[in-house]
Order: sequence, then structure tokens, then C-alpha cells
Amino acid sequence: MQDINTTFARPEGLTDVVTHYCPGCTHGVIHRLVAEVLVELGLRERTVGVAPVGCSVLAYNYFNTDFLESPHGRAPALATGFKRLRPDMIVFTYQGDGDLASIGMAEIVHAANRGEKFTTIFVNNAIYGMTGGQMAPTTLPGQVTATCPFGRDTALTGMPIRMVELLSSLATPAYLERVAVHSPAHIVRAKKAIKTAFTCQKEERCFSLIEVLSTCPTNWGITPGEATQWLDANLKAFFPLGVYKRPEGMQ
Amino acid sequence: MAKILMKGNEAIAEAALRAGATNYFCYPITPQTEVAEYLAKRMPDYGGVFLQAESEVAVGNMLFGAASTGKRVFTSSSSPGISLMQEALSYMAGAHLPCVIINIMRGGPGLGGILPAQSDYFQATKGGGHGDYRILVLAPSNLQEAVDLTMLAFHLADKYRNPAMIIGDGMIGQMMEPVEFPEKYVEEELPVKTWAATGASGRKPLIIKSLFLDPNALEHNNILLKEKYDQMAKEEVRFELYKTGPKNRILLVSYGTMARICQTAIDALEAEGISVGLFRPISVYPFPHSQLREEISRPNVESVLTIEMSMGQMLEDVERAVAERKPLAFFGRTGGIVPSPEEVIEQIRKLLDAQPAPRKAKKA
Repeated sequence: MQDINTTFARPEGLTDVVTHYCPGCTHGVIHRLVAEVLVELGLRERTVGVAPVGCSVLAYNYFNTDFLESPHGRAPALATGFKRLRPDMIVFTYQGDGDLASIGMAEIVHAANRGEKFTTIFVNNAIYGMTGGQMAPTTLPGQVTATCPFGRDTALTGMPIRMVELLSSLATPAYLERVAVHSPAHIVRAKKAIKTAFTCQKEERCFSLIEVLSTCPTNWGITPGEATQWLDANLKAFFPLGVYKRPEGMQ
Repeated sequence: MAKILMKGNEAIAEAALRAGATNYFCYPITPQTEVAEYLAKRMPDYGGVFLQAESEVAVGNMLFGAASTGKRVFTSSSSPGISLMQEALSYMAGAHLPCVIINIMRGGPGLGGILPAQSDYFQATKGGGHGDYRILVLAPSNLQEAVDLTMLAFHLADKYRNPAMIIGDGMIGQMMEPVEFPEKYVEEELPVKTWAATGASGRKPLIIKSLFLDPNALEHNNILLKEKYDQMAKEEVRFELYKTGPKNRILLVSYGTMARICQTAIDALEAEGISVGLFRPISVYPFPHSQLREEISRPNVESVLTIEMSMGQMLEDVERAVAERKPLAFFGRTGGIVPSPEEVIEQIRKLLDAQPAPRKAKKA
């Protein structure tokens, strides 16, 4: 009989809890990537996460790190307060697109502009998930949601906001990258990006934000399989992947 | 330590530093901005954090994050700014986090004005933000008391793991008076802050939150909060009696700057042989209801006159304490108009004229 080796296990950075996320949602994948990175960089035991309001509001139950639960959109302000007093600790915010790009726009822009040395994981699925699929600032033109049932009319609601592009216009150094997690190859790239972001923080370099394009089959009203295709064909086309900004002297 | 002449806002800032609060977040707003300006210069000496935020919404939430470290944190602002902080204060109360907020009130509603007013008593003492919670509120009436109460506020915030607020007004903030700081701020020892987020090293993760989706868990949190408020009501009620005695026919109830003006009026009337007493709440939450009831219940007190720089906010707490035991009168000026001692005297005279002089008790 051969020895059985464990080749795939729950990372130490996640708690042994079943998440509440819908089938086909990629929050679980993103949680795992962050948890793996924290362990691989040896940061888990000195990390504090800040959970948002939205689908990932219960993120604090899933990460094996200390956590604060923020008001809607204010995670960057909490992270600023914490990190300023404890620069020796690793602080990250985990925020959705309604949280970060709508109600929390002021907090994220000013935290980035001050160069706060924490990391933001920005999950963009182009819709408000928790409240049942309303229009977000990132909802694509023509996309149908509960509050734009005839499709997003950009003449009335403007164009979707591209957050990493917007933040990359600030003069303050930062690490900004957009990735996706709808295929294995994209997941590998996303993990590299998240690792780079936390390395920036570990080395006390700069603010870092990784925007992750994510699926929401429940509120997009399609199957998980169709959702990955829709992300690839539509979301990725409007929100191009890539590194938008890196601090000087960093590979 | 010798007395030094200081501006109220600066004295409050210095008091916070002496109480160990070397972490301050702010947004400029009149009439309290000197607190920020003073700390911008002084904070480097203490190696603490001074940060000017993008808004009072952010300030409140920076306090939330900073308080989660277990260190002493505070901010100062004025009425419209305090409104914007209510979101974070509600969350911090729900999450059992301490912090101190200095509110140098101005007239309202809306943008109102910048002159002294007591228009935010309701907001301060009845919760302020959403949800079933209270914050501890102290109201100084002179600068020495502002210094002493500011230091005490940090102790009480930690003791109860609850936000504590100092309410003053432009008079307290802008006036200069001699103040004295203790060589060393001595306070009762408090438990180690095992609730602070320090990283899940050798222990399970710690979560600081106000979200309880299970109604039983949320009710339990509300019960825990209520237990703290009940303990505050037992242990933290503070008030001062000024010239109260068996000769008082009228008892004034007033707090903060207004109480001080009332004292001047009382002294002037005393010189004429008219005896008036003052009940001055120092803790306005918890409010000294039973202590006030005891004072107004004295047989010599014919009526109670509440005086505020508002249209009558503390008045509702006074009404609750008096509970129709004695006639209740009210005088208030607002909008930044600070009543003069003469105006107070006029109100007292009106009241005395309206009520017949007491008959001398017949000897048995």
C-alpha cells in the first residue's frame, strides 16, 4: 500500500468553516489566495483584516486572523487608524465594488493618496450582491440589474468607474494591479499579484490595491459556467487586466 | 505644577496628551480647530499619531480602527462634524470600543453659526447615531474643569469600553484661563485590554464587530450595553450644588458655560438678600436624575428654573427628575447668543414676582 500524501488542504490562513457564498461565486477563491499568501509570507499571526459591508461582510469568520468589521465603505479609514498606530502589523481591507467604488470612494482615494501602507483586495463583480443585485458604479453599460431593469443607461448614470485607472492617476507611489479569477491561469496570476501587494506592505513600501474581477451568477441571473464566460467576454473587456502602477525600484 | 494661562482648546489638547492619548485624528471646523493646531505641533514630542483626515466621516472611522489597537485615541470637532461621526460612534458603541470625542458645540440646525450654543444636548446624551446605545457625556463649565474632565473621560472610556464625550462650546474653547495640570495623571488601575486586536499569534482570531445576525446574539449585546449604562448611572453621576440651602425659593438647573453665568447672577442676587441655588449636572449622561429630584423636593424650593443655550433640551431630563413635583420654568437663548447675568436675574425676578412670598410658618 502506498503512502497517502496530502496534496491539497485548507490553508492555515482560513478557519474550518463552510462559507455562505453562492455556488459559482469567486469570493471563496479570493479568500483562499489571500490566506495562502499571508501564510507563505509568514504574516498571518500579525495580520488584521478589515471586512466590508456586502457579500463578504462575514469574511471575519473565514480568515484565521484578527478582524475588524467596518461600516459600509469605511474600511480604508479603519485600516488607516489601525496601521498608523501599529505599523508593525499587516493590515488589509477586503471590499466589494459597491463598498469601495460608491459609498467608500472618498476613503479609498484619500487612503491611497496618503500612501497608507496597507493592502486592499477589491472584488469587482459589477453588481451589489448582498442586497440582491442592484446597479453598482462598476455595472457595465446596458447591463440589467434590479435597479436598472432596462439595462444601465449611461446617459443617466454615467459610465462604469475604473478604480485602478483612477487611483493610478494619483502622484503618490502605490502598487495597483487588476486581475481575474475565472480560470486556473488567471487564478495563478491573481495570487502573484496578491503576493506582490502584501510584499509591498511587508517591505513598508507603499499602498497596494489588487482589483479582482469576480463572478456573481446569482445576481447576473446565469449559471456559474456562463458567468465565467460573461466575465471573460464583457467584464474583462471593459476592465483590462494588468499592472497599472508599481513603486520605483520594485521588480 | 504652577498655573499657566491657556486657551480652552489648547488646554483640552494638553490634558488629552497628559492622559496618555497620543493618537489624534481630526478635520478642521470652527470653533475648535486650535485643538488640531496645538497637537500638530506637540504630538511629535510624544511620538504619537497626528492625522488630518479627508472628512469627519473618515475621522470617526479612523478612531474605530485606531481604538481597536487598545491605545487611547481621540478627536475633537464641532456640531456639524460630530453629526458626521455618528456612524462610527454607533459602531464603536456596538463593538465596545473606547474613544474620546471633544465636541465644542455651535448653534444649529444645519450649518447654523459658530458662536457658543448648547444645541446638541439631545444628540450627545440620547445616543446620537442609529441603534440602542448611549455615550458617556461630561460638561465642563470652566477651563480647569475642562482639563480635569478631559483626563477623566479617557479613564471612563476605557473603564466602560465605550465612547465618552466632552461637550463644551465656543466660550470654553476660545476663552483663556489659568489652568493647572497634575505632575502625573494618576488613575485607578484598569484591566489589561485583552479585547484589542494584536494578531492571532498563539490564540484564536479576535473579531471586533457590531454585526449580530442572530437576533438572540444581538439582543444579548444590547443587554450587555444596558448593563454598562446602569453601572454608569450608579458610579459616574457627577454634579455640583452652588449656594443651595434652606433659604432658596428658586433652584436653577444649568450646565456648562450657562451654569457659570447663572453663578454670577446668583452672587448678585445674594448681595440683595435673595437666595437662589444652582444644581449643575457635570455628567449629562448619566444624568443626575435622583440627585436633582432630592434637591427640588426640599420644602423651601417653590419652583425650578432651567436655563440653557438652546430651546430646551436638558429641560426634558429636568422634567423627568421633577416629575410635576414643583412648577417648572425655562429660559433659553440660542443661535450663539449667550445670556448675560442680568438676563438671568430678570428671569428669576419674574418668577419671584409671579409666586407669592411664602408665609412664615406659625409657631406651634
